[in-house]
Amino acid sequence: MDYHLNFNFVWKYADKLWWGLALSIELAFISILIGCVIGLALALAHSGGGRVVRSCVTAYVEFVRNVPLLLLIYLIFYGVPSIGGFAYDATESFVATLAVYSGAYLVEVFRAGLDAVPKGVIDASKAIGLTPWQRFVSVRLPIMLRIVLPSLSNVLISLFKDTSLASVIAVPELLYGANWIKTNTFRQVEVWLVVWPMYLVTGYLILVALRQVERRFSLNRQR
Amino acid sequence: MIDFALKTLPFLWEGLTVTLYVSAMVVALSLVAGVLMGIGFTYGPRWLRFLLRVYSDILRGTPLLVLIFSVYYLMPFAGVNLNPLPAAVIALSAFKTAHVGEIVRGALQSIAAGQTDAAKAIGLTFAQRLAYVILPQGLRRFLPPWVNSVTEAVKGSSLVSLVGIVDLMLASQQVIGRTYEPMPVYVLAAFMYFLINYSLSVASRRLEARYAYIRE
Repeated sequence: MDYHLNFNFVWKYADKLWWGLALSIELAFISILIGCVIGLALALAHSGGGRVVRSCVTAYVEFVRNVPLLLLIYLIFYGVPSIGGFAYDATESFVATLAVYSGAYLVEVFRAGLDAVPKGVIDASKAIGLTPWQRFVSVRLPIMLRIVLPSLSNVLISLFKDTSLASVIAVPELLYGANWIKTNTFRQVEVWLVVWPMYLVTGYLILVALRQVERRFSLNRQR
Repeated sequence: MIDFALKTLPFLWEGLTVTLYVSAMVVALSLVAGVLMGIGFTYGPRWLRFLLRVYSDILRGTPLLVLIFSVYYLMPFAGVNLNPLPAAVIALSAFKTAHVGEIVRGALQSIAAGQTDAAKAIGLTFAQRLAYVILPQGLRRFLPPWVNSVTEAVKGSSLVSLVGIVDLMLASQQVIGRTYEPMPVYVLAAFMYFLINYSLSVASRRLEARYAYIRE
């Protein structure tokens, strides 16, 4: 083995990796926020709507869950503009994709969460005379959110990992930065040895932070 | 439109066979390794359980694409020169093994301790306990999530297109490169993926309903 590890090139362009990492995290957070809106709206539509609405929601969920994310990314970035007659930049398109993608998973999460809100609490809020809107906003929604929090953090972690796919449409996130350094310096071994731990450690840190949040808002918290 | 679909179909079909081939390899390899891993997880000595935990957490914490690139580019550094196909299959299988291992662990640990005690009491050896008592019962809890995880393998196999293997994903890209008609080709490819994965999800749900009686 005559290869000598030389990390200098990686350090020289380290800002590409740091900014890439920041963008990865940002993409995951923005996507899950939009995904939550989609997921919650569709979960409510599913539980309150008629048969047509229901089957539309189910079709959306099943389609997204059974197609590779990579295909969805291409479909939305190259496919949709080609028939829509418009173009958007890669980052917007990727956020849209990841939001649509996470939305499909979050519909299921929110549906389970809404079902898990105890009936007695809803009845109690009816009994004290809250309007349906008040019941939803100040009773069902907060309890549901606290129930689904662990699932939400799992989805967020997995979205963070999925942001690595954004590199295929040239969104300058972490993996794109890695590929850039690789093609420009040919120091591929060093790049992967740095980028792999970066993903691992960041994912782990996000997980630890979210577990703290979960503990803070857990319904079974010791008082 | 239909004419167009008929013309592109042979190319996509060729890609589809590669996708199915890669998925089948990954599913088979990860099944064998994952079952061993799950058994090690449940019955192994402490150091083995620790090593498996580290392996599983690292693999599941890495984006699959990073893993594929790392294996593809780091293997030559370790003195092994691999073609893209074996490198991708190794990366996908290593990733999948961690997931299958966790499913097996969950299935084995869900079996009541009394079963093991009873099997010990009638004098079965460890191998016999495993073969006649634990694994048959564990199988029912293992199958539904595992069949579901096969869809993940099929979806994950689309990433091999990024190291230059002409699977369904790259085949559709190539067709688009020639025809400049992205939408119909992507929709066709999506439909193919959907057909495979949806039938697997339905099978998983059926199995789950069938074995639901034992889930108490």
